[in-house]
Amino acid sequence: MARRTLIQAINEALRQEMRRDDRIVLLGEDVGRVGGVFRATEGLQQEFGPDRVIDTPLAESAIIGAALGMAVYGLIPVPEIQFDGFLPPAFDHIISHVARIRNRSRGRFTAPMVIRVPHGGGIRALEHHSEAPETFYTHIPGIKVVIPATAYDAKGLLISAIRDPDPVIFFEPKRIYRAFREEVPEEPYTVPLGKARVAREGNDVTLIAWGAMVHVALAAAEKAAAEHGWSCEVLDLRTLSPLDIDAIIASVQKTGRCVVVHEAPRQSGFGGEIAALIGERALLYLEAPVVRVTGFDTAMPYFTLEDYYLPSPERVLKGIAQVMNF
Amino acid sequence: MAQTRGKRTRTASRRVEGWIKPVEPEFETIQILRDDGSYDEASLPDLTDDQMKELYEWMVFARILDQRALNMQRQGRMGTYPPVGGQEAAQVGSAYALEKEDWLFPSYRESAAMMVHGMPPELTFLYWMGREEGAAAPEGVNVFTISIPIATQVPHAVGAAWAARLRGEKKAFLVYFGDGGTSEGDFHEGANFAGVFKAPVVLFCQNNHYAISVPLERQTASRTIAQKAVAYGFPGVRVDGNDVLAVYAVTREAVERARRGEGPTLIEAVTYRYGPHTTADDPTRYRTADEVKEWQERRDPIMRFRRFLESRGLWSEAQEEELQERLRERAAEVVRKAENYPKPEPTNMFDYMYAELPWNLKEQREALLQELAERGEAR
Repeated sequence: MARRTLIQAINEALRQEMRRDDRIVLLGEDVGRVGGVFRATEGLQQEFGPDRVIDTPLAESAIIGAALGMAVYGLIPVPEIQFDGFLPPAFDHIISHVARIRNRSRGRFTAPMVIRVPHGGGIRALEHHSEAPETFYTHIPGIKVVIPATAYDAKGLLISAIRDPDPVIFFEPKRIYRAFREEVPEEPYTVPLGKARVAREGNDVTLIAWGAMVHVALAAAEKAAAEHGWSCEVLDLRTLSPLDIDAIIASVQKTGRCVVVHEAPRQSGFGGEIAALIGERALLYLEAPVVRVTGFDTAMPYFTLEDYYLPSPERVLKGIAQVMNF
Repeated sequence: MAQTRGKRTRTASRRVEGWIKPVEPEFETIQILRDDGSYDEASLPDLTDDQMKELYEWMVFARILDQRALNMQRQGRMGTYPPVGGQEAAQVGSAYALEKEDWLFPSYRESAAMMVHGMPPELTFLYWMGREEGAAAPEGVNVFTISIPIATQVPHAVGAAWAARLRGEKKAFLVYFGDGGTSEGDFHEGANFAGVFKAPVVLFCQNNHYAISVPLERQTASRTIAQKAVAYGFPGVRVDGNDVLAVYAVTREAVERARRGEGPTLIEAVTYRYGPHTTADDPTRYRTADEVKEWQERRDPIMRFRRFLESRGLWSEAQEEELQERLRERAAEVVRKAENYPKPEPTNMFDYMYAELPWNLKEQREALLQELAERGEAR
């Protein structure tokens, strides 16, 4: 065991997988020589050479388009899109080809690849550097959407994503890239995709979150217990698509109340999907309507105001109070 | 600001203007067969008489199949179809330059090129009849699936070509797109990647002068498409796309350059589509009958090549009749195969979305099966 930050865990996962399987190549803007703007790929070009850790021209559409060509030709590309706000130019390839090529070709061509994207706000960055676009991708059949909240999961989920036969968008909560260190096994291991994690057990209300918001939900649970004596269960989804519906329903059946927390705007956000699923499958267990604590339906503000935008433990606590007092 | 500007003007006072010169690169259009079928012996590519006749057969077959597809669409037996007519030389000549192990990345109008590279035409028919089973070539046929979003196949081909190079293989990757495609960001990004990584790719533009209704001059202010290669740092070449021998010769050279590791080539094949963009289009709204007639009567790729073959004593009226009859039968067989292909299971739509079906798709698949059972359509 070693104590690792989330980004160190990602670096280690990439390094160990690349040692195991020489079909894996990394490509993207600044991933090689400089090791990525967040240093996720630090030292990898030195170890694996410029043909496996490839600094590409600055073109997100072609990074994903070329990665698709590599994937159908037998490589396992792990492209990095430098920031969440620069993912839109690649959207066409993701929705039109990456997600569809297995189906279009009746399985002759497949696109095993992991698109790594730093995710979310809270680092006082520029415009387009603090977005939470996961919902767009959960709406696309044919890809998987993964987002870890801990260093342990970051390593295990990334290794699973790389070994998965289907394309995965792997969001990395950049706000907690270096926020804490935790015990991470040195050997490679996997954390299964499609399985949520109970981050804290509780009986009165289920808080559902992913990525950096898991820690906000945990802080809110702490407050709820200390200030009101409410027992919150915190469910870290880890994979948004395919969703761990069983874990959600089991927890809600136990608690009868649910608050979903996400950074992205509320309207048509993933919280709505979760609320609908709970309504369809566990309505009679509910003591209160599912409440969403989310970003506002505004553009992500510049960093001076971002703390007002992002859900805080206090705001989540208000959501908890709403379902507790319904 | 004003001060700085003043200073600059003074420094350059002896020459205020004239620093910027128009850049007008010259790209001749390579032709081996003149419009009337005449030629210079020395410029003929290294092809046997049988190969020449094979080229001719492919072009004639492509035109016959194209006619069948158009007729079937009118009869409601096929969906929207993008005809090839007029572009047979550009497609047959280029695809014929590939070896079997090379790869072909088509856009949606490459029925003829795909067939020459081994795609069974009945599958292409099936595709246009609305069936996914027709999208992928059989194992061993190196044809990628059709890309409908314009020019998106360019970075795909570049990525695959680059992967082949990384794996130490010596193969060429031929990717097709149209004049309209060169306006897309993906053309630029793909070409730029290809240049930077010296990918073994041949970028083949069929310049048929129209992107649906928009003419070439509204697509680009460049005098040629070939010249765009200059900016990407690799050769561009302009060829008469209705001259099958010139298309073959130029593509062959580009393919060999790619295989030798010398990097990409951009080929602009100047051609013309006789028909509509697709069967849903009405070309009389944007081009004149005279313009179409001019290409059909004076520059038809098949007539031109037939005259050439006749002038070399390789072709006769009797051979033509025999060929027409034989290919019409083969076309009928293609249609028969496509139309008799087993009906798809409605649940097929679920089966290839993921390697393993997630719970939500499983539930929805079950619901569809239930619905089919209720409708008495259970299988």
